[in-house]
Amino acid sequence: MATAAITAERENYLNREYGIRSWLLTTDHKRIALLYLLSITFFFFIGGFFALLIRLELLTPAGDLVQADTYNKLFTMHGQVMVFFFLIPSIPAVLGNFLVPLMIGARDLAFPRINLLSWYLYIIAGVMMLHCILTGGADTGWTFYTPFSTAFSNTKVVEAGLAIFVSGFSSILTGLNFVVTIHRMRAPGMTWSRLPLFIWAHYATSIIQLLGTPVLAVTLLLVVLERALHLGIFDPTRGGDPLLFQHLFWFYSHPAVYIMILPAMGVVTEIVPCFSRKRIFGYKFVAMSSIAIAVFGFLVWAHHMFVAGISLYSALIFSILSYLVAVPSAIKVFNWTATMYKGSISFATPMLYAFGFIGLFTMGGLTGLFLAALGIDVHVTDTYFVIAHFHYIMVGGAVMGYLGGMHFWWPKISGRMYPEFWGKLAAMIVFIGFNLTFFPQFILGYLGMPRRYWQYPPEFQVLNVLSTAGSTILAVGYLLPMVYFLWSMRYGKLAEDNPWGASGLEWTTTSPPPTFNFDRTPEVTWEAYDYANIAAPEEAPVEQ
Amino acid sequence: MSNSPIAVEQHNPALRHHFADMEQQRQASSLGMWVFLATEVMFFGGMFCAYLIYRYWYFNEFAAGSRSLDIWLGTINTAVLICSSLTVALGVRAAQMGKRKLLVVLLLLTIVFGVAFLGIKGVEWYTKFQEHHIPGSSFSADNLIKEYPQIRIDPSHEQIFFSLYFAMTGLHALHMIIGVGIFTFLTYYAWKGRYTPEYHNPVEIGGLYWHFVDIIWIYLFPLLYLIDRKPLK
Amino acid sequence: MHDTFPLWPVRASTTAGSVDALYIFLVALGAFVSVSIFVMILIFATRFRRRKGINAEQIEGSTPLELTWSVIPLCIFMVIFVWGAVIYFNERTPPRGATEIYVVAKQWMWKLQHEEGPREINELHVPVGRDVKMIMTSQDVIHSFYVPAFRIKQDVLPGRYTTAWFHATKAGTYHLFCAEYCGTMHSGMIGQVVVMEPAQYEAWMGGGGAMGSLASNGESIFQQLGCSTCHRSDTQGRGPNLVGLFGKRVQLEDGRAVIADENYIRESILSPAAKVVSGFKPIMPVFQGLVSEEQLSALVAYIKSLNQPPSGSAGTPSLVPSTKPQEPKVQ
Repeated sequence: MATAAITAERENYLNREYGIRSWLLTTDHKRIALLYLLSITFFFFIGGFFALLIRLELLTPAGDLVQADTYNKLFTMHGQVMVFFFLIPSIPAVLGNFLVPLMIGARDLAFPRINLLSWYLYIIAGVMMLHCILTGGADTGWTFYTPFSTAFSNTKVVEAGLAIFVSGFSSILTGLNFVVTIHRMRAPGMTWSRLPLFIWAHYATSIIQLLGTPVLAVTLLLVVLERALHLGIFDPTRGGDPLLFQHLFWFYSHPAVYIMILPAMGVVTEIVPCFSRKRIFGYKFVAMSSIAIAVFGFLVWAHHMFVAGISLYSALIFSILSYLVAVPSAIKVFNWTATMYKGSISFATPMLYAFGFIGLFTMGGLTGLFLAALGIDVHVTDTYFVIAHFHYIMVGGAVMGYLGGMHFWWPKISGRMYPEFWGKLAAMIVFIGFNLTFFPQFILGYLGMPRRYWQYPPEFQVLNVLSTAGSTILAVGYLLPMVYFLWSMRYGKLAEDNPWGASGLEWTTTSPPPTFNFDRTPEVTWEAYDYANIAAPEEAPVEQ
Repeated sequence: MSNSPIAVEQHNPALRHHFADMEQQRQASSLGMWVFLATEVMFFGGMFCAYLIYRYWYFNEFAAGSRSLDIWLGTINTAVLICSSLTVALGVRAAQMGKRKLLVVLLLLTIVFGVAFLGIKGVEWYTKFQEHHIPGSSFSADNLIKEYPQIRIDPSHEQIFFSLYFAMTGLHALHMIIGVGIFTFLTYYAWKGRYTPEYHNPVEIGGLYWHFVDIIWIYLFPLLYLIDRKPLK
Repeated sequence: MHDTFPLWPVRASTTAGSVDALYIFLVALGAFVSVSIFVMILIFATRFRRRKGINAEQIEGSTPLELTWSVIPLCIFMVIFVWGAVIYFNERTPPRGATEIYVVAKQWMWKLQHEEGPREINELHVPVGRDVKMIMTSQDVIHSFYVPAFRIKQDVLPGRYTTAWFHATKAGTYHLFCAEYCGTMHSGMIGQVVVMEPAQYEAWMGGGGAMGSLASNGESIFQQLGCSTCHRSDTQGRGPNLVGLFGKRVQLEDGRAVIADENYIRESILSPAAKVVSGFKPIMPVFQGLVSEEQLSALVAYIKSLNQPPSGSAGTPSLVPSTKPQEPKVQ
């Protein structure tokens, strides 16, 4: 392992150029990743703020904190901001953008200028969404069901719809860039079967982004046109069909949840082998399971519509397909566990997040089995059970994967180590806060508390109070990394090239990397996860 | 691909520096265009899906709507687009053979055909405007109701036909306008001599885009204009 | 314990038990799988923690193991699927002869209409031990009829009827929630289902004062709107004979054949040209905008009652107009 002297003066992508123009007009995938990091963190806190207000209102059964209309806008904006402006971009746009070229041995993505365009589209969409929020917001739920959204809501539906429409193009272009880069820009010797599984995960994610997002785009466009011109495509009083909207909407929005989770799975698949000092168990199966999830994910959308008025036979088909898509996810969990067997395990912050991910994703995924069961779904759909299910996967899963990845690659991105004690502490606070927030919601849902309720019958209060208490703890857990990552950029210990002793081409270059990533184009002659030949780091990361 | 240091200059000024060589660049840009066109298929696909479902449900209204479109203008437009795809294909060949002037002429012709298409479309839309068939507050299906007393036409169903008609042809026209813009750039650079037998990939992928927009029209035309033109009973 | 910290709502219908049984099985299965994985990870993390001098063993994988832990979960999933599907099939197949309640949902209240005549707002009285089928539509946006104690839920759509059914097993008062977000007072669209012992229910039903049944209400509307002008019970009518129609297969002009269910009747009143019966001309006036949802429910109930023999509360189905009908406005 290189122990070359690290000086802050060595030229890297951060210090090569200074000034706002060098950032706003950059085509360096690493700088664009940081631009995204700032933007999505900003929206994460906006969406999180709305969540806190929701939980505060739900402390009491009566609607006494905000008005009903305001509450309806809060959960709508929470959903729209979190899904489209945080979760969908998060890992791909930050970690994917930064790492995909590095991991395959390329100098940049295939289309650097399109990458920058992608960020600008995100910003334009974000500004539109912010303006929408500040001038009143929408109250349709993030799902925009018609005819409420097209003919009854008195809020800024068109603006919200257009903002998401624009953000969709950002997503599509990112996916396009990744697919072409992975196909065409791998370094010599980097065959498909030597690719890190993070790359496979992002490849599968990109396929979904490319094929699914355009359908959402055209659906939102039709909703906007219908609302503006009083058309009747989705309005029954004008000959339209509200279920057509639901089919078109969910055709994207179900695969969208796989856009949100696959990258996180990719992150975990990098972390677990590193901190077990072992190659991943079952590489081919993990790679294929990502592709299988992407493909099957397109076949299950109407499991969101079991009580919507679809035929009995449609429901049967979508239920059975939904069970099929659960199998590849299960395979991943088993493979991660098996990787730890006979490993040499250490417990740095990234590994704690990986453990948290595996546990919470397993629980969230198992509750998906409940929802796929038709008889159970009739009772729990549109209740807090569903809310708990998807938050287990998206927050307990995707967000923890994101945070784990941020900690793992922080040394590479910033050239600094984060403080390990605070990292571990925050991870545990997040885990405890998360479970306290969302586990009671499973029970609430089965007891019958519907979702999107501003006020509720008093017998649901105790569980709501528990949930709100958990959310305050969770908030602290999220604020801590904000603070110490910023702190580390100035005061953190300087990072070596490979502080974790990890496999992967990104660790063979400096921390932070130079603008063109590698001094020489790598030539790969080894398999992925070559931990037999990589020594563990000599010491655990130093506590600060 | 060599293990050469990153900073070595390559020969072709058109090589972007993150690529190892021109071949990689060419392959990447071609794959990028194909992938983009796949997303466009999904984009139009949602509306085709809605159109097919409503055509099945509101057969009479959609048939009446189809018959109210000008089949001759539609056919001329189809011929115009097919000719434009021919000029595009010939243009790519001209670029492959290094024939700069011919390339410029063919690209200009393509633009002319594209603009002609848009013009004819404009005429069709204007006719629809005069007949009060544009969806919205001034929509009226009265003339169709009078014309086909033997079937019952529900104006709201008729409006759905025209909503989808304008949404689909409108989106298509928007793509045509973008195509004309792209070809304007291509023509300019071709005139400047930027494209050679070794490097003319922008012309190729611009051509791919144009062919795609053409193919969308090849689907739109029968679906909107041609099917079920037999007299309504 | 159940009362102070309940994990599920009261079981008050025939389906509740079977839904809870599958739920408890899934909870047990989920707990077992989660705990197994957590324990395994805990054991591995301890036994195989980083120690000086001991290296990890590089294991590539094991195809037999992968297949095992793919196939076994798949089989378990198929069992769950079938179990859930059976419950669902039962939930979506109302039994014959169920008492019918017509439900009209609107922002932000439930309007319920008993066959026998009584109307209720946000409250539904039903007797224990009877099959009850709800025929529901919305006046505006999508709502959803949800009774946790019965474990039933069904979206209520504008523009068509959807149905749900239950068989209450336990007297009591249970929440009725709207479960599809519908605007400002979505969370206020709460009502209750009051399940009564049969004797009490009869008393409640009779105490409402003499009110016509829904079907007889429908019959007067049928006369008022002039339907009987064309829909006669002989072959002279310009419209099809409606006696014995409900539930039968109907041949349409364009060659399709459909079942004459509630949605067919509703559509034929609001948008007659959509399905013209074979052998008839499309001359029926359009009643969209001229009849309310409640009137539609009454008309549907009336047409259903024409299947009965001529005795009973529906009266003699007489389709010859007894009074001069008022001219219905067209368009």
